[in-house]
Amino acid sequence: MPVRRSIAGLDGPGAVARAMRDAQYIADEGLATAAYLALALGKPLLLEGAPGVGKTEAAKALASILGRELVRLQCYEGIDASAALYEWNFPRQMLAIRQAGESYVNLYADEYLIARPLLLALQLPRQRLLLIDEIDRADHEFEAFLLEFLSDFAISIPERGTIRAAEPPVVVLTSNRTRELHEALRRRCVYHWIGYPDPALEAEIVMMRASTVARATAERVVAAVNRLRAEPLAKPPGVAETVEWAEAATLLHEQGAPWPRAFARAIGVALKDQDDLAFLGPRLDGLLADASP
Amino acid sequence: MTTPRALAPFLAFPPALRADGFAAAPEQTEAFLAAVGLLGPRSLRDVRLAARAVFGPGPERQGAFDAVFDRVFFGREIAAPMPGESEELPAAFDSAGFEALRDPGETDQSGKQATEAERLARRALDGGSAGEAARRLLRRAARDLPRRRSRRLAPGRGGVADPRRAFRMMLRRDGELTALPTRRRRTRQRRVLLLVDVSGSMKAATDGTLRLAHALVQAGEQVEVFTLGTRLTRITRALAHRDPGAALVRASGLVADWDGGTRLGEALAVFLSVPCFASFTRGAVVIIVSDGLERGGPEALVSAVAHLRRLAWGVLWLSPLASDPAFRPETGAMRAILPLLDRLGDGGSPMAIADEVLGFARHARQR
Repeated sequence: MPVRRSIAGLDGPGAVARAMRDAQYIADEGLATAAYLALALGKPLLLEGAPGVGKTEAAKALASILGRELVRLQCYEGIDASAALYEWNFPRQMLAIRQAGESYVNLYADEYLIARPLLLALQLPRQRLLLIDEIDRADHEFEAFLLEFLSDFAISIPERGTIRAAEPPVVVLTSNRTRELHEALRRRCVYHWIGYPDPALEAEIVMMRASTVARATAERVVAAVNRLRAEPLAKPPGVAETVEWAEAATLLHEQGAPWPRAFARAIGVALKDQDDLAFLGPRLDGLLADASP
Repeated sequence: MTTPRALAPFLAFPPALRADGFAAAPEQTEAFLAAVGLLGPRSLRDVRLAARAVFGPGPERQGAFDAVFDRVFFGREIAAPMPGESEELPAAFDSAGFEALRDPGETDQSGKQATEAERLARRALDGGSAGEAARRLLRRAARDLPRRRSRRLAPGRGGVADPRRAFRMMLRRDGELTALPTRRRRTRQRRVLLLVDVSGSMKAATDGTLRLAHALVQAGEQVEVFTLGTRLTRITRALAHRDPGAALVRASGLVADWDGGTRLGEALAVFLSVPCFASFTRGAVVIIVSDGLERGGPEALVSAVAHLRRLAWGVLWLSPLASDPAFRPETGAMRAILPLLDRLGDGGSPMAIADEVLGFARHARQR
């Protein structure tokens, strides 16, 4: 296993955490360690967590600190090779045949090849970071195929031969855990479960992401959000919702809404499920009552 | 060569994980040692973080994972949720393996065995009203059961161009291409897992349901049928017999817990702890025919259904109580699992069950 102690000047979890903070992302110790180990061991980084805890953002921050272009493959049910690997540009090939007439034309030249994310990542492994987003949405066959891709980092194109990466590219996978990933896939990755951040950290995130929000507001929003997360909701608010809620409430407050009302009126930013709103119903005001500066 | 003493816990850790039911592959051990080397390690906290990152325990097993870590590295015993009986693999699906699941409230019925068998045989043959529903299932299963897209391509309209066929057509027609042949991804029927509650409260519905199970096994491509009661019984092989009467008599012979109590949660947990059954569930359509009246605690049932849902493509729960349109689940267990289900449907009559099963593809969750 090739091990590199320092990647792009990052020589430990502490350095990764500091660099990510400069890239507007606050990583806790576990995430920084997992990210550093993934880079150093040359393994893919698998991030799991509830929706909205910042998995995709973590990948973006990682791409930015490594100075790499982010190549994103969004997974969905029924995703196939032509969306993930490559595709031939058939219309252009047809045109080329017509134009060539009697002369020879190479139909499998680069100009007829449409590279999709996995191939893009292999072509320039040092300049790109591959993000395979929401892998739990793809079906099992695609997961099995990814397994093969992640162990060899090679794609074989029948007309062109095998394209192999000069070095393993940096790969980040994310999953919302709507279904269990296969054990074999988890085994190949460095794993980190991103939970909801603790209140102090989350307030810091709100302050960093939303510049208009006052510290007192941020702390109260975080307190209210944590109270909402303790309720059995279908869709508990994520970190992204906390930030938006703080921003929205601040905006309404600036336009003259008094404090607890501003939070209550902006609730649509934090809770986006009618059943959840109905479930909380009259108790909502009580939950938010303390959340006014 | 002897191993230095300081290294001993690092080498002992992966086997200890395996002994506690975690998957720890050799490549992970290698990565773990490399990770520890990379991190210094300045403290055991680094070692713990490295272990978590490399072995990747899911959030619900984090506690058990840390307990193993503490035991190996600190020599500490901590009363963490250790995987006990529920995670152990049953040796075989005979009564011995499932004695633990037997309801303590019920009495041993060995004295009545002979008459029981007779009664069961008679019950199994009495599938008259279910016959029509079974025929509908047989007729429409191939078309209406949920399907998934395969990665294989087959000639078809729409989809991507098929250069190979195009080239052959061009050769035949002197270089002219009159129509662009295309191919698209084939579809395969999703695996179907049918779990039938055979407890006392479901007595009236069991016969009809098993008749439908037989039709499903006959018509579907990959179907597995289990009965749940105080224990778990696989009856797929018995139902593979073509003749419904003979198949049901055989199945009846296998099931030893007719009309007993229900330990749905525990039976499901045992089901999921068997790797080949859990992997069958992956991406499958799970159909549970039960009224959800549970004698065990609701927690076991809820966590088992949550696990099922994460593995399966869709979970359909059919309850005879739901045939009333005004039905709202009353029991704590049923209310807790309602949000986990893709659909809670009418299991009141064989015809209703057949329609729910065939219509599930249309109701299935939009992801």
